[in-house]
Amino acid sequence: MDVAVTAKEIKRDDLLQMYQYLRLTRALEDRITALYRQGRIVGGVYTSHGMEAIAVGYASALERDDIIAPFHRDMGAFLIRGFTTGEILAQYLGKRTGPSKGKDGNVHMGDIKRGVFGFVSHLADNLPVAAGAALAFKIRGESRVVFAGTGDGGTSRGDFHEAMNFAAVRKLPVVLFCNNNQYAYSTPLRLQMAIPNVVDRAKAYGMPGEIVDGNDVAAVYLTAKRAIARARAGEGPTFLEFKTMRMHGHSEHDPAKYVPRKLLEEWKKKDPILITEQLLKQLGYAEEGYFQEVDERVKNEVEAGVEFAEQSPLPEGPEVLEGVFATRADSH
Amino acid sequence: MKTMAQATEEVSYLEAISQALDEEMTEDERVFLMGEDIGTYGGAFKITEGFLQKYGEWRVLDTPLAESGFVGAAIGAAMMGLRPVVEMQFADFISCAFDQITEVAAKNHYRWGAAVPIVIRAPFGGGVHGGPFHSECPEGWFFHSPGLKLVAPSTPYDAKGLLKAAIRDPNPVIYFEHKFLYRRIKSVLPKEDFVVPLGKADVKRVGNDVSVITYGAMVHLALEAAQTLANEGIDLEVVDLRTLIPFDKEAIYSSVRKTSKAIILHEDNKTGGIGAEIAALLAEDCFDCLDGPIVRIAPPDTPVPFSTPLEEFFLPKTSDIVSAARKLAAY
Repeated sequence: MDVAVTAKEIKRDDLLQMYQYLRLTRALEDRITALYRQGRIVGGVYTSHGMEAIAVGYASALERDDIIAPFHRDMGAFLIRGFTTGEILAQYLGKRTGPSKGKDGNVHMGDIKRGVFGFVSHLADNLPVAAGAALAFKIRGESRVVFAGTGDGGTSRGDFHEAMNFAAVRKLPVVLFCNNNQYAYSTPLRLQMAIPNVVDRAKAYGMPGEIVDGNDVAAVYLTAKRAIARARAGEGPTFLEFKTMRMHGHSEHDPAKYVPRKLLEEWKKKDPILITEQLLKQLGYAEEGYFQEVDERVKNEVEAGVEFAEQSPLPEGPEVLEGVFATRADSH
Repeated sequence: MKTMAQATEEVSYLEAISQALDEEMTEDERVFLMGEDIGTYGGAFKITEGFLQKYGEWRVLDTPLAESGFVGAAIGAAMMGLRPVVEMQFADFISCAFDQITEVAAKNHYRWGAAVPIVIRAPFGGGVHGGPFHSECPEGWFFHSPGLKLVAPSTPYDAKGLLKAAIRDPNPVIYFEHKFLYRRIKSVLPKEDFVVPLGKADVKRVGNDVSVITYGAMVHLALEAAQTLANEGIDLEVVDLRTLIPFDKEAIYSSVRKTSKAIILHEDNKTGGIGAEIAALLAEDCFDCLDGPIVRIAPPDTPVPFSTPLEEFFLPKTSDIVSAARKLAAY
């Protein structure tokens, strides 16, 4: 189907906003990568480079009350939920002003108030947790939805299957997704599973599934909207496979020589920012100078974030002892 | 054992657990249960018998056979404001949920400030011919994981009061309930609401000569040994930890400062067990008051065996405590 025809279902402002978030995600992660290469970020850096449309698309499709359990390449979801570039950079720099106050690094941040669960490195661990959040909504009769995902590798883990099954059995208001970016670290899909499409897994749980072009933010948004509406209407979970390509290494230290260059060249033509710019032009949504204006705006936002993060204090050593246990006031 | 004059009916350890769940569910609508066969069947040990009828299928959820999945779900529901209590059919199966417990539940608050108020009930322990997969004492695995609280009651009073405290606590709590005690230990409980605060040990027998520091079913073994020893003029003090994390250092220290002799007794195997930690702490902090070696009594480092003579050999016995106490008393 013609992308522009489908995309007409999306309000102009919504689509423009998604484009801006795509740009902000890219600019922020490029800056993070630069800081990493300069040795100013200790620890790993995992980017969503080339996959930004997934998080931006689904997070834009959710309501504010809904919960997100993001994958570790879902930076756009944090930005859409109001994590500032300053907070995020502070997190990467291990500063006290980051969401985890230096206790954890990079994209391992979360905030119950902003409806984002902190990522757990053990892939798929947050999927049963997401199902449980959806269970809470179902028990209380709330119309909230949970959107949770993992990667292609994560779908090999038991927790993925236990979550899929539990969500389906109890018809929970959750949308589970996989961003199939072809590689789990260095392991290609063919060594991860014996099925051609990750979505085939959904059938085993009696759950509807759909394959989506993960590089097309409009397609991600519209498919996510439908799945979210289904969940909200009490019709149960949906599984979405967002097909995409990881354009960088697993983390920024990894040159990913195991990925054929040709594959990357092909996918580069399908870069989500490029596609969205073409779409905006085609729809006549982008006025003269718009892209330039967005360019400047995101640069400023990122640089303001760098400034905030760099000026923020590091935690003091003894703060390591804080927060192992919650107090009554911490729970709700 | 604490009793109240106005109540006269004896309650088993198992019924005490059941009562705690029932009362907390009645009192707080956020409390709900998940586990295998806990609904229609009432649980493998019948702790939740009748609960499905009383509270309905969305507060008493029979889950698929997937411990990691339902512990994960409990974590998510807890973060959304509910108070899940999940049942491991046997504590042994908790290994299937190890990752969710140690990586997600234990670390969420520390990493990103999300409190995880869940309770995991884990029927543990041997003496019931359960063999290697239905007798384990897996508390040692979790003792070493910061962010979890662990409790292990030995009496109906503690079972009820600790479970209530666990449900009301804002942290993940693993509640080790001893299968051997379920129907063997009974007492009269107060009619009114009560909790046993987490982190407080209880001296189950006051004595002057040797301290036995223990928990779970072993408390009763120690009390039996104390009777035998009393005839010989050796006065045993039995300190029931009740909470394993955070454990009551002061209670342990004050008992050992009084008696100068310490036996640490547990049903989990010896190497790297809770006893090792307590022994190390006593050596670090109470060295000056010790008047004899710190003694550990615990099963050998093997899986819990099935056959009766093997299991009898494996489990600590009253005679082990008696002979250890005699030796220590003679120092």
